[in-house]
Amino acid sequence: MKRSLRPLAATTIIFIIAYALSVIQFPGMLSTRVLGNFLTDNAFLGIAAVGMTFVIISGGIDLSVGAVIGFTGVLIAVLITWLGVHPLLAFAIALGVAALFGASMGLAIHYLQVPSFIVTLAGMFLARGGASVITQDSVPINHEFYSFLTGLVIRLPGGGRLSFIGLLMIAVFLVGALLAHRTRFGSYVYALGGNATSASLMGVPVARTTVQIYVLSSVLAALAGIVFSLYTSAGYPLAAVGVELDAISAVVIGGTLLTGGYGFVLGTFVGVMLLGLVQTYIIFDGTLSSWWTKIVIGVLLFLFIALQRVIFVASAPREKPPEKA
Amino acid sequence: MKRFNLQALANPQLLALAGVLLINWILFPNFFRISWQDGRLFGSIIDVLNRGAPVAILAVGMTMVIATKGVDLSVGAIMAVCGAVAATMVVAGYPTPVAVIAALGVGIACGLWNGFLVAVLDIQPIIATLVLMVAGRGIAQLITEGSIVTFNDPALIFIGTGSFLGFPMAAVIALVLMVLVTLLVRRTAIGLFVQAIGVNRAAASLAGIRSRMLLMLVYALSGLCAAIAGIVVAADIRGADANNSGLWLELDAILAVVIGGTSLLGGRFSIPLALVGAIIIQAMNTGILVSGFRPEFNLIVKAGMIILILLIQSPFATQLFVRRKLVVTREAGK
Amino acid sequence: MQDGPYVLEARGVIKIFGNHVALDSVDFGLKAGEVHALLGENGAGKSTLIKILTGVYQPDGGGVFVDGTAVSLDNPLHAQTHGIGTVYQEVNLLPNRSVAENLYLGHQPTRFGLVDRRKMESAAKVLLKRYGLNIDPGSELGTHSVAVQQIVAIARAVELSGKVLILDEPTASLDRNEVARLFEVIGDLKRSGLAIIFITHFLDQVFAISDRVTVLRNGRLVETRELNSVTRTDVVRLMLGKDIAFSGATDLEPDGPTTDVLLDFRGYGRSKSVQPFDLTIHKGEVIGIAGLLGSGRTEMARIMFGADPADQGSMSLSGKPTAVRSTSEAISHGFGFCPEDRKAEGILGDLSVRENIVIALQGKLGWFRALNRDEQLEIAGKFGEAMDIRAASLDMPVKLLSGGNQQKVILSRWLATDPSFLILDEPTRGIDVGAHAEIVRTINRLRDDGMAMVVISSELDEVVAYSSRIVVMRDREMVAELRGKNINPGIIVQAIANHPDEVQA
Repeated sequence: MKRSLRPLAATTIIFIIAYALSVIQFPGMLSTRVLGNFLTDNAFLGIAAVGMTFVIISGGIDLSVGAVIGFTGVLIAVLITWLGVHPLLAFAIALGVAALFGASMGLAIHYLQVPSFIVTLAGMFLARGGASVITQDSVPINHEFYSFLTGLVIRLPGGGRLSFIGLLMIAVFLVGALLAHRTRFGSYVYALGGNATSASLMGVPVARTTVQIYVLSSVLAALAGIVFSLYTSAGYPLAAVGVELDAISAVVIGGTLLTGGYGFVLGTFVGVMLLGLVQTYIIFDGTLSSWWTKIVIGVLLFLFIALQRVIFVASAPREKPPEKA
Repeated sequence: MKRFNLQALANPQLLALAGVLLINWILFPNFFRISWQDGRLFGSIIDVLNRGAPVAILAVGMTMVIATKGVDLSVGAIMAVCGAVAATMVVAGYPTPVAVIAALGVGIACGLWNGFLVAVLDIQPIIATLVLMVAGRGIAQLITEGSIVTFNDPALIFIGTGSFLGFPMAAVIALVLMVLVTLLVRRTAIGLFVQAIGVNRAAASLAGIRSRMLLMLVYALSGLCAAIAGIVVAADIRGADANNSGLWLELDAILAVVIGGTSLLGGRFSIPLALVGAIIIQAMNTGILVSGFRPEFNLIVKAGMIILILLIQSPFATQLFVRRKLVVTREAGK
Repeated sequence: MQDGPYVLEARGVIKIFGNHVALDSVDFGLKAGEVHALLGENGAGKSTLIKILTGVYQPDGGGVFVDGTAVSLDNPLHAQTHGIGTVYQEVNLLPNRSVAENLYLGHQPTRFGLVDRRKMESAAKVLLKRYGLNIDPGSELGTHSVAVQQIVAIARAVELSGKVLILDEPTASLDRNEVARLFEVIGDLKRSGLAIIFITHFLDQVFAISDRVTVLRNGRLVETRELNSVTRTDVVRLMLGKDIAFSGATDLEPDGPTTDVLLDFRGYGRSKSVQPFDLTIHKGEVIGIAGLLGSGRTEMARIMFGADPADQGSMSLSGKPTAVRSTSEAISHGFGFCPEDRKAEGILGDLSVRENIVIALQGKLGWFRALNRDEQLEIAGKFGEAMDIRAASLDMPVKLLSGGNQQKVILSRWLATDPSFLILDEPTRGIDVGAHAEIVRTINRLRDDGMAMVVISSELDEVVAYSSRIVVMRDREMVAELRGKNINPGIIVQAIANHPDEVQA
């Protein structure tokens, strides 16, 4: 098996075993209802995590994701509820704003040659601050188009419901996978994460690709913000605080190397589902407290970082001789 | 002792601090008014020192970590863990010193864990410390069992709200910590070795410096500082809030260090200037509050500050500066 | 070999960095269907010339001509469109991606905007077969040996450019069989009419596949010759600039060493790095190490200093068996090491001259016996003066000093630790004449004071002048230890060039 597939295989096996064990303990977890809710409840996280996957594969990190989700929610709510803009137009505006936001972060990372960590930190402050300046309160959204979208469900046998946002997340994952694995842009993203110097010598348009990656991440974060506003029917400036950490965790647990160069978009899907499983299990159990989620995620994160370290160090092709040019 | 000259006062950090204070004073003429009440000082400027203390304490450890070319994202979470340890222990009836020492010990242990990942397993610092950043808050909630553990142990509360010679205790702790750590690193060879590792680890190792022990020590120090900050914050609100204690303070601490002139690429560092950075951040925060803006506006100002620093440090700015200098010398040569 | 016009030509190329002339009016012509070896020691200007031919640098004078037409190459990609492809020693591909993607990145066949992976991999399969590689094009490049990666890099370069192929030390990390395989590929390409520039440090390889050879030295063209008209010794002589007129032969220690033995290495070596060697070093002796770049001379120094610990053999220090497993252990034994790559491994660029000088001594003293500022200044001042370090202030960052002064700083760093054994790797390379003389003077002074030293240098005159004995390295092996009468650069050149019968052992 390719070594890059090993962490993904490990995640998938862990997910299957964990799910099987959960079902043995709580047979109720094996139902279309639970599975449908899995998708709906994690839709915004999943969509944001797709963008984060691209960023991390390219060797960067995006701390602004949660703040962009919060900002988008507020922007949409204000546009719809206060200004009476149609939701579709509001969505388009939000996505456009996010694209500009991501582009400027990408430009700063490439041309100022500073770590993505610090640039996206500024982005996080800016987006969170901007949202809070617009409003400090939760702005409810009551629009028939919203009711229409949330009413769009596919009923599954066994009482489960596939919601619009759950399906949207799946669509984003599929398109993301296609983009990552079947387009030139995708190969450039991997090239940047593998070795930026080689990539530029091989003709990868480094500046353009960097900007595109951060545009993609911010646009998907805005889409996640739209989904979050559909999920909660409101916009709140402090919504989705810390979602970037969950997204990073899902990406790493899904088998993407945090130092870049290796990873799978569909692996991130398994990662998101594994995080969702932990939460659902804790709800089913009833006696376990919610903080166990964070501890389990932290432990998983450590295990996968250690696992990747072992796999990629142990199977390095061969020791480079100490010869220097 | 150290020669003192006026030029040392003209560094950019102190000028920036003076600028921020000046703006505060213009916006709020009573900014510098200090009153004496019940054996302690009161006033906006005292408030800045008091509220800036937790970030200042974190900045002490963070400066050392960043000087080694690392970063510690977990300090906010460690604050929550250590605050929780101290609070639950005094509530459970342990004597205050025992609770405090236990909390400090937990902080050091967390730091050693980070140091182990960075120095021994050779994991990138930003990734290594992410683990505790994610798990730490869960652990803190595990200790407090999800509630805010309140306490009324006078000795512990004194750490956060007491005063010493009229100055708020938190600020005094930050100052003492800064002096002690500065003395530790400057009077021993640790400071020199940390800089050497941060500048060029290969060359430092060829010069015979054992970097592993030193990295472990530096991350342990950062954990210890986080523990102190955690205790101060818990004592200040008389309770341990696992969810919000130290939330995002790691980012403020990094910002304070960067404002203090220590490069994220490692090397030369200054702990006192990082503290000046922490005070600048808090002074802006207070300035925004007293002038009637919303506190959230502060985030935008912080973002602006990062962008400004990035622009100043960017290769473009350096090139511009060098080019101008060349032009000047060329013209002077004519 | 045809005698037609040059495919790629440099005419009177000049390149200046600051006030250092890296290339001084160099002419170079490459014909179709030839393998043209480009030789020279470090700093000779080879890599600068290559960078000009591939568009990384722009020449400050002269020009580059493709098929007789002057061109201005903006960057490597632009050079590629003129048919010039390059393969670097550090394979500049993506080990994390598939072989096929590495061949076609940026030019992948697409269908409806999506990469047609099947088409790409079948094309790759066909292409690789032409190079004698039967590997799965979908496999990750990093899982293959460096030799295979090297061939993939060549295939990509030829595929995208197709006229000129520049191979920059492609064999540096290959074993014998891999080199043979690579040479087959190069031979095939040559027969198909490609013009190939081949850069290496291994003379055997030059003679194995090249048609012509161009030698550069100190930024100047020494000569371009047909290879069948020169001998190995001629080539080494051209590279090192030593006229084998055998004048001024020096007697090295005519009576043999009379002082105590300081260090004794028996069967000392490190696998994949340096073959086991035996060497005895007395107090007050300077052992010169001669050999071309890549001969294992630097590796030998690093093993002695514990930077890469030995994994075979034994050593003793003043008669007592000892081990050196780390640099700090070596330093505690009184060793010191000035590395070849000053910038990457020597100086702490952002730190001051003072700190750079005291760092090793402070490392020896430990964390808590810190030298205070005054002590540091005194030590730095003392050695700064003794070594004549020209710095505006001892508190200025060392990176602002000239190369020669930086070298003096590193030498001072070790002298401050009062060492008994000092290893200097190319201490005089790339520094100005004044500093050069100062360092040679210091070596002589230290030897007379009884210090044992190992000095690696390509400056043979210099090595002969200060060495007590000379060790010759070739192919990661110690091949000769020259002592006794009549040692001169000519004999060393012959030992390096592998003419065993001419060497007087």
